[in-house]
Amino acid sequence: MSAPAIRIKGLKKNFGASEIIRGVDLDIHRGERHAIIGPNGAGKSTLFHLISARLPVSSGTIELKGENVVGLKPFEINRRGLSRSFQITNIFHNLSVFENLRCAVLWSLGYRYSFWQRLAGLADARQRAEAVMEDIGLGKRRDTPAGILSYAEQRALEIGITIASGADVILLDEPTAGMSNTETEEAVALIRRVTEGKTLVMVEHDMGVVFGLADRISVLVYGQVIATDAPAAIRCNAAVQEAYLGTSLNHD
Amino acid sequence: MSSRLVTRSRLLLWGGCLALALALPLVFKSGFLISLLCQMGIMVVFSLSYNMLLGQTGLLSFGHAVYYGLGAFATMHTLNAIGKDGGPLVVALLPAVGACAGLAGGVLLGYVTTRKAGTTFAMITLGIGELVAACSLMFPGVFGGEGGVSGNRVIGKESFLGFTWGPQVEMYGLIVLWAFVCTVAMFALTQTPLGRMANAVRDNPERAEFVGYDTERVRLLMVILSGMFAGAAGGLTALNYEIVTAETLNAHTSGVVLLMTFVGGIGFFYGPIIGAILITVMQIVIGGMTHAWLLYFGLFFLFMVLKAPGGIASLIAVQRNLWNAGLFGRMLPHYLAMALPVLILLAGLVGLVELTYALLAGEGVGAGDTATKVLGMQLKLGSPAPWVTALAVTGTGLILTRWIGNRAGAAWNAALATLHGDKA
Repeated sequence: MSAPAIRIKGLKKNFGASEIIRGVDLDIHRGERHAIIGPNGAGKSTLFHLISARLPVSSGTIELKGENVVGLKPFEINRRGLSRSFQITNIFHNLSVFENLRCAVLWSLGYRYSFWQRLAGLADARQRAEAVMEDIGLGKRRDTPAGILSYAEQRALEIGITIASGADVILLDEPTAGMSNTETEEAVALIRRVTEGKTLVMVEHDMGVVFGLADRISVLVYGQVIATDAPAAIRCNAAVQEAYLGTSLNHD
Repeated sequence: MSSRLVTRSRLLLWGGCLALALALPLVFKSGFLISLLCQMGIMVVFSLSYNMLLGQTGLLSFGHAVYYGLGAFATMHTLNAIGKDGGPLVVALLPAVGACAGLAGGVLLGYVTTRKAGTTFAMITLGIGELVAACSLMFPGVFGGEGGVSGNRVIGKESFLGFTWGPQVEMYGLIVLWAFVCTVAMFALTQTPLGRMANAVRDNPERAEFVGYDTERVRLLMVILSGMFAGAAGGLTALNYEIVTAETLNAHTSGVVLLMTFVGGIGFFYGPIIGAILITVMQIVIGGMTHAWLLYFGLFFLFMVLKAPGGIASLIAVQRNLWNAGLFGRMLPHYLAMALPVLILLAGLVGLVELTYALLAGEGVGAGDTATKVLGMQLKLGSPAPWVTALAVTGTGLILTRWIGNRAGAAWNAALATLHGDKA
């Protein structure tokens, strides 16, 4: 059997004296859709930052498809097939929608730092960017600068940039945050569509989205995973209910 | 969007620019004007190379003259080393030596400067600029000390296709050709994966890392390539003036190229071209008319930063958008109406500045009653008449500008609102 998409062992992260991630062990299977939930301040985003190397790890190991990736730079991890989105929209504001997506596919198509090839002549980059643009429903906004898109459109573009390179492990950090109900439904459909056949890890607060999308759920509380299981089992888990005291997982 | 490299419209535009540039000496025949054109051509290349960093990669450098100066010195030393063995063809190719020197400088210094972007980068370039400028005074053997290094661009007995580069107009032709090649190359670079990723790194370095790009590497490559073009410009300046001093690579030169690029407009490829031409004219023409030119220069820069931070190119772009939307006709009367009050205001301000300058500069020789020549007029600085006149003109200009400016401003805002409303 092949190695899991992500295997985290004894992962710790402290900022000065305060320990944010306090020994996380977690396996993300290949091809599953895995949600990470937990109360505010549990360390969900920090965990994402550690996996994607945005923050350095204090101790422990992270394996991506069987290979230890601790200490690598973000671009090196991206080149190994892990791509992520951000909670706060992180796009190229002055570039058009199309240029945003084309930038996202260049490395994976092997164009690297080429200054001897013309962008306009790279048919594969154009086609791939256009395909993603249609996928995320921004075909009509092709030449609009990303900075003046609506919020929901920017969020869609954020997901588009994340999946455009064809990475097979996708990390989405609160993809539906700040969206209306309709927008959330569209976003969920989009996520389902574009992560087909890939490994998806997502941090999400909207329980409707979590229970609708995830194959498995991990609950992170105070920097530790207290449970990892199928949605139905998580719903009945006593420890999880205690952590979410006062809120209900059943309403959605 | 065309995917062909050479389209008819592009060919017409570039070919037209080249033909125009080459034809300019037919109209501007005087030695002074040809020297001016030469300086413009060199500065176009230099400021375009600077904008590869500032506009395209988002890197504010205070030490770009280092590459320009290195190119100039390398070219001059090569010229002198070749001596009688070379000929005009070799001389014509010498700016390539400058380009190589700039490139080598970029590799060496870029490695240090590009570790960080933003303020850190700016500070490191400032430090390196000072370092190199200090070195230039410490090694007079290489940099020629106070006097600089001079040479003669006319070498060998034969001519190349009739050119010896002796007459200034021939030098101008050489500069135009080099400037054209460099400009085309720099434009082409903006259309490549590296060029686009430089924009991406400028907009959002974090995101660029998360789509697989090493932002340090992107910045380094841009610094190296931009250093190469700056070096070529330096090579041209060495041949043009036949002397290179430490001034070419010091902070002042770095400042001038920053001003040119910014005033022209960093958001557009052609912006620095406008800036280089305009500032060169200001430097040489206004500099020749009045000693206070630096003051005007500073005021102009201040005005641009405050009122048109996108530079002249962005003003042109807005006009073009208005034109395309059929709104330009609505604004034109306002522009024309503004012309007179602005001219009056400028005349008044210039009068005040010149009077003050004459008064302060003449202090040593017993000012007060000294008669002085201001803009060709013989004026008595001691008498109140010229001062009152200048003040009155300034005041009139100010009132008129505000009065008409308010209406023009309202029309401007309305036009912009319509423009953006149409787009949305």
